[in-house]
Parts: sequence; C-alpha cells; structure tokens
Amino acid sequence: MSEVSCHTPPTITADSNPFRNGLWRQNPVFVMVLGMCPTLAITNSVRNAVSMGLATTFVMVCSYGLISMIRRLIPKQVRIATYIAVLATAVTVVDYLVKAISIPIYVALGAYIPLIVSNCLTLERAEAYAGKQPVIKSMLDGLGMGFGFTIALTMLGAVREVLGAGTFLGVHLFGANFEPWVLFLLPPGGFISLAMWLLFFAWWKERGAKRELAKAA
Amino acid sequence: MKESLTHIFLDAFLINNFVLCVFLGMCSFLGLSGKFATAWRMGVSVMFVITVSGALSFAVNLLLVRFHAEYLRIIVYIVIIAATVQLTEMFIKKVSPALFRELGVYLPLITTNCAVLAVPLFQTSRGYNFVQSTVFSIAASGGYCAALVLLSLVREHVELSDVPSLARGTAMTLVLAAILSLAFMGFGGMGNGG
Repeated sequence: MSEVSCHTPPTITADSNPFRNGLWRQNPVFVMVLGMCPTLAITNSVRNAVSMGLATTFVMVCSYGLISMIRRLIPKQVRIATYIAVLATAVTVVDYLVKAISIPIYVALGAYIPLIVSNCLTLERAEAYAGKQPVIKSMLDGLGMGFGFTIALTMLGAVREVLGAGTFLGVHLFGANFEPWVLFLLPPGGFISLAMWLLFFAWWKERGAKRELAKAA
Repeated sequence: MKESLTHIFLDAFLINNFVLCVFLGMCSFLGLSGKFATAWRMGVSVMFVITVSGALSFAVNLLLVRFHAEYLRIIVYIVIIAATVQLTEMFIKKVSPALFRELGVYLPLITTNCAVLAVPLFQTSRGYNFVQSTVFSIAASGGYCAALVLLSLVREHVELSDVPSLARGTAMTLVLAAILSLAFMGFGGMGNGG
C-alpha cells in the first residue's frame, strides 16, 4: 500500500459511503490495526478513551479538509512532509484546546496529544484518501475514521475500567466487596484486552461464515 | 533536576520501557517484529535517529524558548525528525550501500514512529540538561530495540508451533507482547532505589 504505513493493513474492500466505511468496514483499530499507541496507552478509563478519540477526530477532519483542498498544489515528492506539517498545525490547536477545556484530561492524555502527529492512522488516511479525494468526501472519511477510532477506544476502555477498577465512567458497579483486577489497568492489560476483542471479532466472523455456508448447503 | 544518570538510564531502558510500559512505537513493534534480522536492523536505525534528533531538538528548543515560540514545538520537532531520517538515509547510502539496500524500505517509516517524537517531548517536559537528554535518548531507544528483538525471537519460535486459526496474526502477537510486558513490570521495583 502506501509507503508511510507502518505495516500493510489487510486489504478489505472499502464501503462506498466514506463515513460508514471508517465506522465499521475498515475500522481503524479492529480491522486495520492502526494507531496502536493511543489505543493501548490511553484506554485505562472510558473518559480518557472518549476524549482521546474526539481529539483525534478533530485533527483528522480539519487536516483532511485542508489537505484535500491543496492536494493539486502539493508536489508528489514532498507530499508526506506537507501532510505532516498540516497535521502538526491541527495537533497544536487541539493541544491548546484540550488545555483550555479541562486540565485533568490534559494531564491524563499527556504526551499522547502531540503524538497524534505521528499516529500511523492519521498519516495513513491522509496518504490513502485525503490526498486523492474531494474535500467533502475527505472530511467525511476523517469523521468516520475518527468515530470508528473513538468507538474502538471506548470499547477497550470499558473492558479495562470495569475489570480493572470496577467502575464505569467513575461510577462503582459491584459494591464494596469487589476486588479490582488491577492488571487490566496496567500495560499488560491493554495488550490482553485488545487481543481478546480481536479474537472475539475473528470468532464472530467465522461463525457468520459458517452459518452462510450451512444456509447455502 | 537531580536525577542521577544511572537512574535516567535504567528508568528509560527497563522500568518505563518505551514499548512495553509506555506504549510508544507500537505500530512498528507489532508490524516489524516478525523476523529477527529485520527487527534488530530496524532497532539500530531507530536508535541512531532518536539519538541524533534528540540532541538536535535539545539545541533547537533553547532557541524556541529564547524567542518565546514554544507553541511551534510540535511542528519544529517533527521537521527535525524528518530531516534526521533523510540525513540518516543519505549517510547510510554513502557509507554502506549494502546496508542501505537491506534497510531501504524501513527508513522512511521511522518518521511516523511515535517513539522518535516522544523522546524530544519528554526531555523538554522533564527539563533535562544536555547530558541527561543524551543518556535518556540512548536508553529509551535501546529499550525500544531490546523489546523489538525480544518479541521477534519469541515470534520466530511461535511460527513453528500450531496456533489455533482464530488467533493467528495480530491477536497472537498481542498476547505475546502482553506476556513480555508482564515480565517487564517486574523491573518496576527497581524504581525506588534511584
């Protein structure tokens, strides 16, 4: 695929609707396995996961609109440097925006806000989509991918927060006798929960394929 | 900042290993750890880029602070990294064309490796001086290299065994990474002594 991608994402035919495509068919986390750093690092609570997802969505929508607008002016050799410069500008805006909205969230997300620049997801979509498609479609793609990313992060964050702290959005679920499974808040828990979600989707897909086969036979 | 150099080194190399504890450089960690030969080459070139760009961004940050332009930090750092990667590419091409051919594909990918951008950001926010920053860059990138090599060795062995079809691919790699990360958590106890 593109030379900026860190590894080759599986080839899954894209949905014709750019918004729906990112949301499900080519979900950035569960299908494309892109943008892993924030996915694993920031999902130790639902609140952090949602804020990280929204910050990334904002960056993607703004910068893809701009990239798509100037796509005919960018010489091919320096396109990646240009994408990075546009992304870095949007990220700087988000960095100050989050700081102005909520200091606790800013502290929790920490270095991962500036790191949206070098998130493989943002660059990969700029290269694969926004650099070639018209403005509205590119922004819709950014929105769909961003929401898909947010949903995936929230699902991961929910598993880790419920098992690791016994809370959901800070509300205690299991009463005082619950012994939290702290491992899920620590780094290994991030790897394990993502692996479990991937296994779950693989199993679901296989079950669906088997049913189709049984129906056909 | 009164952290000793040994403490900075151990902290970045083992206790807060960049890959397994702080989750940086995940994409290349999962994507390029399939083969030992690729993994260590990638690890070493990332080490080189991180050390050079860490030192350069330390110098540039002094300028930014001098002219009160801290808001440009993210953009300037990413430009420095892109330039360093380009320089490394040219340098390797000149010195060893054979190595360049082997590394060729992976070199441009270093720009989008978040571990590379994180080093200058962390050293700025922690207020390290020049020597501390350099030790920090070497330790952090060494930790990245070590994690990549370790995972690639484990994955080469798993290749030979019979993994259930559902878990093949990313899921298996993630489970292996989880076990490695669990092992690295054991180093957490070393943090109190420094």
